[in-house]
Amino acid sequence: MGSDKSSTSIERRQFDTLIIGAGGGGLRASLQLAEADLNVAVVSKVFPTRSHTVAAQGGMNAALSNVSPDNWHWHMFDTVKGGDYLGDQDAIEYMCRAAPKAVYELEHFGVPFSRLDNGKIYQRAFGGQSQNFGGDQASRTCAAADRTGHAILHSLYQQNIRAKTHFFDEYFAVDLLKDDTGRVLGALVFNIHDGSIVVIEAKTTLLATGGAGQLFKTTTNALINTGDGMGMAMRAGIPLQDMEFFQFHPTGIAGRGMLITEGARGEGGYLVNSDGERLMERYAPKAKDLASRDVVSRAIAIEVREGRGCGPNKDHVMLKLEHLGEDVIQKRLPGIRQTCITFLGIDPAESPIPVFPTAHYTMGGIPTNHYGQVVIPVKDTPEEPVQGLYAAGECACVSVHGGNRLGGNSLLDILVFGRAAANHIISYLKENKYHRGIDDEIIDKIVTKVKRYDGTDNRSADTVETVAMLRAELKQTMESHCSVFRNKEILKEGVDKVEQLVKRMENVRIDDQSFTFNTAKVEAFELENLMACALATIHSAYAREESRGAHSRTDYTERDDKAWMRHSLYSFENGLDYKPVRTKPLSVDSFPPKPRVY
Amino acid sequence: MKFNIYRYNPEIDAKPHVQEYTLEDIEPGTMLLAALLRIKDEQDETLSFRRSCGEGVCGSDGMNINGSNGLACITALDGLKQPIEVKPLPGLPVIRDLIIDMDQFYKQYRAVKPYLVVNDPMPEVELSQTPAQREKLDGLYECVLCACCSTACPSFWWNPDKFLGPAALLQASRFIEDSRDQDFEKRLEDLEGPFKLFRCHTIMNCVNVCPKGLNPTRAIGRIKHKMVSRSL
Repeated sequence: MGSDKSSTSIERRQFDTLIIGAGGGGLRASLQLAEADLNVAVVSKVFPTRSHTVAAQGGMNAALSNVSPDNWHWHMFDTVKGGDYLGDQDAIEYMCRAAPKAVYELEHFGVPFSRLDNGKIYQRAFGGQSQNFGGDQASRTCAAADRTGHAILHSLYQQNIRAKTHFFDEYFAVDLLKDDTGRVLGALVFNIHDGSIVVIEAKTTLLATGGAGQLFKTTTNALINTGDGMGMAMRAGIPLQDMEFFQFHPTGIAGRGMLITEGARGEGGYLVNSDGERLMERYAPKAKDLASRDVVSRAIAIEVREGRGCGPNKDHVMLKLEHLGEDVIQKRLPGIRQTCITFLGIDPAESPIPVFPTAHYTMGGIPTNHYGQVVIPVKDTPEEPVQGLYAAGECACVSVHGGNRLGGNSLLDILVFGRAAANHIISYLKENKYHRGIDDEIIDKIVTKVKRYDGTDNRSADTVETVAMLRAELKQTMESHCSVFRNKEILKEGVDKVEQLVKRMENVRIDDQSFTFNTAKVEAFELENLMACALATIHSAYAREESRGAHSRTDYTERDDKAWMRHSLYSFENGLDYKPVRTKPLSVDSFPPKPRVY
Repeated sequence: MKFNIYRYNPEIDAKPHVQEYTLEDIEPGTMLLAALLRIKDEQDETLSFRRSCGEGVCGSDGMNINGSNGLACITALDGLKQPIEVKPLPGLPVIRDLIIDMDQFYKQYRAVKPYLVVNDPMPEVELSQTPAQREKLDGLYECVLCACCSTACPSFWWNPDKFLGPAALLQASRFIEDSRDQDFEKRLEDLEGPFKLFRCHTIMNCVNVCPKGLNPTRAIGRIKHKMVSRSL
């Protein structure tokens, strides 16, 4: 069991590739690697189908032209514009070009996409999607009713069963193992079932751990979304990129946070204020309710602030779907219908849904290139690959989403870059055939960390902190100080509060001293990761004196391309640093920044 | 509000026991998961259970609530008889408190080869499927693998290693019904014999407890029907 273990007695396992995280990104990569006959281990703190990809609703963008004329270049334009010109255009071109193939692959894996009468995949309208570089609305989002993430995650897991991928279910990855040249050699993990520590040596490691939506009090995100890979990266000396860009989804159920898919507006739903006015007509005359998420979220927040909110506290707006009719709602939106009935006692076929912007997606993350390699600044080079380390999906920042992600691009991101990372790993392993060995010293240091919560504490109760208290304070702080609208004063207070919370984290002790399924210990490690993410987020937000994408400053209301068209990087060691946006695509002309109108 | 919760930690307890907890100020519409999280945060951090999405999609928090299996995150406290009795799902070994060992359940899932089999060369685009063909998968593909159904099934309790159980059979049906799948004959063959499929005695517990409103009994009936028509 977990008692006194030195590194010599710890179990060691060797794999070609270690993947941490079993959502869509991790499972797409593991499938590619297993089919290339590589020895792959997938470590996940939950059984794979519990990963948060399962909760994705609306769909996945790809220019298939099944419903409206389309091509990948239009999709690329929308993504660059949607990200408010902070996205890297090489990565965006790569993703949009790869999208149709990624969807067809999924379909071949068995994903039960909804269908058109001609037998092709159903595509719906989604926010920020246009034809012909900003023209008419495009129908580009491939959907399996409103359970697209569930359909994709289960199909990918099923294909991994067929490919006999090696899973470490309910193991928690604590930290990366890194030698003194900076090369990543695997990770130290523990088995949640019995507390035993395992060193997983790997020639390549892929972080696919998802986002950090638990930073906020009201969130659409699962309880497991605690930024674990981002925390691990930061502790390995890797900066986090663009963390100030956090997406607030316009339609979380007010006060509770459950997600109501953008597909609800894609199918024809719209938002109204307390006057019954269709509010988006004022904020986005052309795209209306299908403007980008940052635009719609700000509109709702302004309506509420100016007294046109609904309900007794005038603190939300209403999403109307009744006019779509019960048939369309049951066929296209059955999941959110059930969610409304369960949590609100409201059937959206009969009454409108109270909604408010809710923390949803981490645009920032671990910096990578479009091969999925983690890249860091070294001397004068802004992007030098970290040997042996990859990242993909929400934990990564490649950056395809820039300052604001378009709906339907996150499932696409995880599948395209999970696959791209796997392909790069395959070629890297041809050159790097052998394990390099790990010094006991490196392992011992992390073992000490794993044991930091073991043993009872003899300090007086008033200096000891609990995970629950600190976590609640952190989430409230981020919600109050780093929300849809921000300014210098509010952010400065936020910086101070988060720094204090990080200090107090050192005093956390846990009562649960069991080695059997100790969820209290897991939650303590998760909170450490959240703290790292919070620090990067609030510092980056405080420093960025402009409004771009999801980062809206009431004291700097304009986008400032001259000073701020650059990526933020925040690390424990160096604080803030910046690097240029990659504005040059792979093959086409660059899209220069323009005013963003919907 | 009073809760009687099953507790068992094999490192400490010789046998399971029930622990009482009380929560004040519960707002109407609160789900059981929220209550359990409050107990863990405010009163007893050793209380152990699985949870993730909190909205009935990930299938982590299946448990036995007042004698009936369900997901804690979508079970409202209003209307539950007090004290609310919370136990792990029955029929599988308990690891700790409300956490069961689901290995046997997953093994049965893997046993039905739950993946699409296409032997023909794949087209460069999607395989064609009409809306009517796709509709046959509704009610089959939405399973969240929470195990509420299989652990409510007496046939599964008696023969968890031989009877595949409602969840795995629902998956089998999901692929048997898929117009794109080319392993139809083999899938039916694999389910032959007295146990794997035919231990279902249509007791319907699975249907009564499924938190997603799915109907494994009907799916099993469809498979049986296909087997019979095939042998004629």
